[in-house]
Amino acid sequence: MKGEPKELKIKVNGKFFELRVRPKALLSDVLRKDLKLTGTKRGCLESTCGVCTVILDGKAVRSCSVLALQANGHEVTTIEGLAEEDKLHPIQEAFIKHGAIECGFCIPGRVMMAKALLDENPNPTREEVRLAMQGILCADSGYVKQIEAVEIAAEKMRGGE
Amino acid sequence: MAGKKQKKAKAAEEATAAVVLKEVEYSIIGKPMPRVDAKAKVTGEAKYAADIEVADMLWGAIKRSPYPHARILHIDTSKAERLPGVKGVTTGKDFGGFKWGWSRETRDEEPLATTKVRYLYEGVAAVAAIDEDIAEEACELIEVEYEPLPGVFDPFEAMKEGAPLVHEDRPGNICLEYHWDFGDVEKAFAGSYLVREDNFQTPRMAKGYIEPPAIIAYWPDATHLTVHAAKGSPYFPYRILSNCFNLPLSNVRIIQPFIGSDFGGTKNDMINGDFAAPMLAKKAGKAVKIVYTQFDELTTCLRRHPMWINIKTGVTKDGKLKAIQIKLISDGGAYTRMSPLTHFLAGSGMTLPYNLPNFKTDIYCYFTNNPSSAAMRGHGMYHTRFAGDVQLDIIAEELGIDPVEIRLRNAIKNPKPGQIYETINKVHIATCGIEECIEKAAEAIKWKGRTKGKTIMGSKAYGIGFAAGTFLSGAKLSGHNACAAIVRICEDGSVNLLSGATDVGQGSETVLCAIAAEVLGIELKDIDVKKVDTEFTPVDPGTYGSRVTVLAGEATKNAAEDAKRQLLEFAAQEFGIKPEEIEIKDKKAFAKANPNMSIPWARLVRMACYTTPGMVIIGRGQSSRGVSVKGLTEFTKGEGDFGTNYSFTAQAQEVEVDLETGVVKCTDNSVIAHDCGFPLNPPAVDTQVQGGAYHPGVGAALYCEFKMDKGLTLNPNLVDYKLPRAYEAPMTEVIHVITNDPYGPFGAKEASEGSTCTAPPAVINAIRDATGVWIKDLPATPEKVFWALREKKEKEKK
Repeated sequence: MKGEPKELKIKVNGKFFELRVRPKALLSDVLRKDLKLTGTKRGCLESTCGVCTVILDGKAVRSCSVLALQANGHEVTTIEGLAEEDKLHPIQEAFIKHGAIECGFCIPGRVMMAKALLDENPNPTREEVRLAMQGILCADSGYVKQIEAVEIAAEKMRGGE
Repeated sequence: MAGKKQKKAKAAEEATAAVVLKEVEYSIIGKPMPRVDAKAKVTGEAKYAADIEVADMLWGAIKRSPYPHARILHIDTSKAERLPGVKGVTTGKDFGGFKWGWSRETRDEEPLATTKVRYLYEGVAAVAAIDEDIAEEACELIEVEYEPLPGVFDPFEAMKEGAPLVHEDRPGNICLEYHWDFGDVEKAFAGSYLVREDNFQTPRMAKGYIEPPAIIAYWPDATHLTVHAAKGSPYFPYRILSNCFNLPLSNVRIIQPFIGSDFGGTKNDMINGDFAAPMLAKKAGKAVKIVYTQFDELTTCLRRHPMWINIKTGVTKDGKLKAIQIKLISDGGAYTRMSPLTHFLAGSGMTLPYNLPNFKTDIYCYFTNNPSSAAMRGHGMYHTRFAGDVQLDIIAEELGIDPVEIRLRNAIKNPKPGQIYETINKVHIATCGIEECIEKAAEAIKWKGRTKGKTIMGSKAYGIGFAAGTFLSGAKLSGHNACAAIVRICEDGSVNLLSGATDVGQGSETVLCAIAAEVLGIELKDIDVKKVDTEFTPVDPGTYGSRVTVLAGEATKNAAEDAKRQLLEFAAQEFGIKPEEIEIKDKKAFAKANPNMSIPWARLVRMACYTTPGMVIIGRGQSSRGVSVKGLTEFTKGEGDFGTNYSFTAQAQEVEVDLETGVVKCTDNSVIAHDCGFPLNPPAVDTQVQGGAYHPGVGAALYCEFKMDKGLTLNPNLVDYKLPRAYEAPMTEVIHVITNDPYGPFGAKEASEGSTCTAPPAVINAIRDATGVWIKDLPATPEKVFWALREKKEKEKK
C-alpha cells in the first residue's frame, strides 16, 4: 500500500537535498517531517484552508496537495527562506508593522502567497490582492489589515517608502 | 464614495483624538504597539502544537465509531497489536471507569467510550506507532462489535415520550432546564400597547479556527506527566489529567505552545486525543503525538448549540420595552459539556443592553446523538441577542419608529461615576457606552440622510440594518476564577512576566507586557512574557469568557506595582526621601519634587539586587475582581454578575441582495462602534473587532451551518462548510467609545466578543431594509432569501 521509497532531489530555500520518500508522501509532510521546516503549517490536508502554501518554481501551491515526488528536480521556497539573515522581507515587515497578525497560524502560507503575487505582479489592484488572499482562510485577524499590509509591502518593494 | 472616505477619515480622527487624551497620561498603554509575538509568527519560527517534536516520538491515531448510537459489545485489539511498528494500544477500559465533565455535577463522558457510543465517530480505542500511517492502519485492524441503537437527532425527537435515551439515567433526554421569572410579565403584557411573538433559529456552527487540535504527551518518569497541547485554557487539562491519571497537580506539566485561535469549546475542553496520548505514552514508554485532521475537528469536536427561540415582547406606544418572555429549546448533543453555562448566558444576558423591567424565560437543552455542543464566541448571548434585536426592528416597523430611535429610547444610560446600574436579574454595570455607540454608528453611516427602504440598481437591492449588543468581560462563575501574575526583575533590568493566561491570537501577551512596562516605567521590549508552563506559571482559569485582559491584566498590574514598590523602597533609601515621593518613568527613577534627583532604571535594579546580598525582586499580584463584586452567579436562579464588567457594541451594516439569485453580500459600508472601556492597544482592538468578531458574525449571518443527516455531518470540510474568505469579508470602520470602567485595568473591558453578536441581527435587518423580507432562521442562505422573495412577490400579486 505504501510503496517503496523513491529518491527525491529537491532544492529548498536555496539548499539542495537528496532524500528517499514514499510515493504517497505529501510535499508538506516532507517539508515538515523530514526537513523540519515546520513554518509551513499543517491545516486541513485537503486543499481548503491554504495555510500550507509554499512557492514551487515561482508559483504559490498548497503543499498538502502536491506529492513530494512531483517536486522532484524543482525548487521550493518556504517561509523560513524568506528573510535574509536577520533582515525580514518587506512583506513580513508590513505584516508586523500594520498589525495584520493575530494567532498567526495562516500567516506563513499567506505571506508566501503574497510573495508569489508580488513577484509576478508588483503593482496589484486591491481586487487582485483580494483574489490572492481568497485562497487562504483566516479565523481571527480578518482580511482587512492583511490586504492593506500586502499593498504597503508592494509599494515598498516597488521602491516607494 | 468620496463623502464616505472623508467621513471615515473624520471618524478615525475623532477616535484617535479620544485615544490621544489618554496618551498624555500613559507612556505605552492606549497607543498602537506592535505585537510582541509577531516576528516569531511571520518568520515561521513560532511552534504550534503540531510543530513540536520530541526525540523518539510515536504517532497516535484514534479508532472511531461508525455508529451515532450503539452499544459496544466487544473490542479486539490483538490484530492491531501484532502489526509491526505498533508500540501501544489503548481502549476506554484502561481508564478504570474515569468520567469527566465541565463541572462536578456534569461528569458524564469517558476518555474513550467503553459501553456505549453516543455520537458518530466517538473514539473507542487508540494506537501509537512509529509513524502516522502505521497508526492509522492499526486502527483499521481493531475489531469492535456493536449493537446499533435507534438514535435521536434533534431536540424535538429527543423530547418525545418513549424516545431512545442518550443517557439511560437522564429521563426525557433533558440535559438541563432553567425557569426564571423576574417582575411580572403577564401584567406587563396586559398593559402593553403592542405584544409581538416571533420564532427564531440559530444553527449548529463550527468554531472556525484553522489549526486543528494537537497534543504531545510523555512521562519523564513514572509519576510525572508532560503535555504540549493546542489548548487555550491549559489549566483545564492540568486539573482533568491530574484526576484521570491520579497524579498530584505538582506532577502534571502542561506546556503551552503557540495557539492557532480558539473560539471556545474544544480548545478549552478535552477531546479523545487529549486522554489517549498520555495513556499511550504511559503504555509505550515514549512520547506520543496525536494531530487531528480538519475532518476530525469538524465531525467530532465541539460546536455552537443550535437553538430554537420563541420570543414574546411587550412595548409601550413609544416603543419602550415592558416585558420579554423567552422559550428556548436547544440541542446539546451527546454530552453535557458547557451547556449549563451557555444557557445561563443565553437567558441571563437578555437584560442587556436595553432597560428591561420584566423578564421571564423557560430554557430546555436536550441530549441528542449529535456531536456535543459547547461555548462559542459570543457564548450563549449571541443567540438571544439575535432574536431580540431582529424582533426590535419588527416592532419598530409596526410602531412606525426609526430603528435607531427605538434603540436609543431603550438603551441603558451610562451610569454617572460612582453609580451602578442594576438589571432586574441583578447584573451590575458601572459603565455603559451603548447610547454613544448607537449614536456614533448612526452618524458614521449617515443614518439620517439614508434612503429608507430598498434602493434597487439592476437586479441588486441595497439596504442598511442596525443592531446593538453586549458581552461580559472577566467571566465570574465559580471560585477558581481569579488570576495571578509574577513579575521578576532580572539584575540587568530586564523583566520576566509569568502569568497563567494564554494568548490564542487575541494579543494578550502584548497587552500584559504593556501593562507591566507601563507600571514599571520601562519599555515594551524590556518585558519577556512566558507562555503557560504549569510547573512555573500561576494557576489561571484560561482564555474564555473574555476574561484575560480584565483579570490577568489586573493581576499583572498588581504584580508590577508590587515589584515597583520594592524598587521604590530602595530608591527612597538612596535619595533619603519617602517611596511615595518617587516615580519611575522612561527608565529612570526620580524624585517627583526634583526630577534632577534621578537614577537610571538599570542602575537602580542592579544596586537593589546587589546591595542587599540575596535580594531578589519578585512582584506578586492577583486579580481582586474575578470572584466577587456582588457575589457569585446563581446559575439556577438566573441572576447575579456573570461578568466583572460589560462591553457594548452598535453596528450599522449595508447589504447587497441579488433579487434574482437570493445571494446576499455585506458591502464595505459598515460601521462598528465599540465600548471596550478603554482600548489598551487600539489596533489590536480593531483587528479583533474586524476579524475576530465582525467576519465570524458575517459568517454566522450568511454562510455557516453544519448540515446533518441522522448524526452524520454532511459538510465536514472548509469549502462545503463555508467560512468568510477575503471576498466575503468586508472592510469595516471601527469607532472606539471610551467609558473607562472602574473594574478593569486602565479602564478596560472586554474587546470584541460582544461585536460578534451584532453582525447577524444587523445583516438580517439590512436584508429586510433592502427587500422587505424577514429571515428568521440563520444563516440567510441564497435559497432561503430566494424563496422568501418569491413568496413575497406572490402575496403582492394577490
